[in-house]
Amino acid sequence: MISFERVSKRYPNGREALTELSFEVHDGEMVFLTGRSGAGKSSVLKLIALIERPTRGQVIVNGDNTGKLPLRRVPMFRRALGVVFQDHRLLMDRPVFDNVALPLIVTDTAFREIEKRVRAALDQVGLLGKERVAPLELSVGEQQRVCIARAIVSKPPLLLADEPTGNLDATLAAEVMGLFRRFNEVGVTVVVATHDLHLVRDSGLRQIVLDDGRLGSSG
Amino acid sequence: MTDGLAAVASLSTWVARHGHALVSTAGHLGRHGLATVLTEVVMGLALALPLALNVLVRNVRDATGDFSEAVGLSVYLKPEVSEQKARQLTKIAAERTGVASATLITASEALAEFRTQSGLGTALDSLPDNPLPNVLTIRPAPDAASPSQLEALRSYLLAWPEVDSVQLDRDWVLRFSALLELLRRVVLITALLLGAGVIAVVGNTIRLEILNRRNEIEVTKLVGGTNAFVRRPLLYAGTLYGLLAGLIGWGLVAIARASLAPAALRLAAAYGSAFELRGPDLTELGALLLTGMALGWLGAWIAAARQLARIEPRTA
Repeated sequence: MISFERVSKRYPNGREALTELSFEVHDGEMVFLTGRSGAGKSSVLKLIALIERPTRGQVIVNGDNTGKLPLRRVPMFRRALGVVFQDHRLLMDRPVFDNVALPLIVTDTAFREIEKRVRAALDQVGLLGKERVAPLELSVGEQQRVCIARAIVSKPPLLLADEPTGNLDATLAAEVMGLFRRFNEVGVTVVVATHDLHLVRDSGLRQIVLDDGRLGSSG
Repeated sequence: MTDGLAAVASLSTWVARHGHALVSTAGHLGRHGLATVLTEVVMGLALALPLALNVLVRNVRDATGDFSEAVGLSVYLKPEVSEQKARQLTKIAAERTGVASATLITASEALAEFRTQSGLGTALDSLPDNPLPNVLTIRPAPDAASPSQLEALRSYLLAWPEVDSVQLDRDWVLRFSALLELLRRVVLITALLLGAGVIAVVGNTIRLEILNRRNEIEVTKLVGGTNAFVRRPLLYAGTLYGLLAGLIGWGLVAIARASLAPAALRLAAAYGSAFELRGPDLTELGALLLTGMALGWLGAWIAAARQLARIEPRTA
């Protein structure tokens, strides 16, 4: 599903975020990317989501070498991913329904199908009934769940989450992690970047530890 | 059968999506009322000017068609041509296509008029014969008064063996025709320049719109939206801007015509003409709206193509 082969990433400002990084994530697996702040977790997710391209090495996602993917194929590539952003990236002037429906709208899905799938996604994250509410009227935890609903509404085979519990209290964090576990149980590959080691330890799942852009330990 | 149903469903979804984009874009423009109105007024003025000039040229052409009474040919017959033969020639000339009227001034009528106006009665009495010839005065039809048509008519008349000479007030017609041609070119150049202005105004408006919606565009691209998808509402916005600007331009010219019409009527009446100032017709309205929409679409497309290529998703 995901393969990093001796991947390095240097940003235009000269900072090398990743150095000779290699690891694999298999189909249907759920793994944690851990490491202290600045270790390169977000860079890894950006490379997987093709928000960035590697400076050296190969990133293979769903069979595509992202470094060589032509621009015209990038939208199609991204449709196979669900991404939960640390800053949510919600459209604050649109109601919850429109936010969650966006991945379906861009693929010209029929209105009836969109309605059905948005309601199903909101039901999964416990927000059914809040379709017409503006994101600003929701709590941070609820906004995070809207973001998760948007990530899963198109039923992508790969779900990426960047610090999804960063702004949540322990109870909400556990709830969100529970959601990811449920998606993983139905076959979705999940990669979660987090610095919350308690959550990782409690889960008993594999973690890929990053240390200053290099692989610390993958256990 | 299944393929056919799928195609219909796909087409139906496509139409619904475009309808949704159009309606939501119209709503978006409506919510930004003042900014939209200001943009529309600028574009409307830019479209109104070439339309007004075009209407002006058409009116001038119509008016000069009416004034073609003033354009004519004087056909001097040879002295030996009898009055009876002159009347036959007058009839033949009057029946020719492109001739509005042909009038005969006989040699004796001309002499009598000259006698009255010149005060040389006694001197004229001493002449053994009337020295003046029979003369045909020919007025061309309004649609046959161009320089080339008048020249053709002159050549036709000159070919008659009874004709001595034909005098044509050609310089006046040529000058006026050249002036009209100049005006037509001014209209064309003005239309091209202001068309470019409309593209620039729409392009800048759409560029600002894209910058305002940068976050939305980034998120849309992050979830797999193509540039074509993001561009869709922007192109509708440009087209709507052009359509509304066309309507405003037409309205401005119609108002100008209505306010100028009474004065034009009085002026024409003073010259004994029934000329009436006409506003833009339906063909011009259709052309203006289509041009406005095309320019709006083009401006939006150029801005979107330039800006969207520069916007790629970022994350915190």
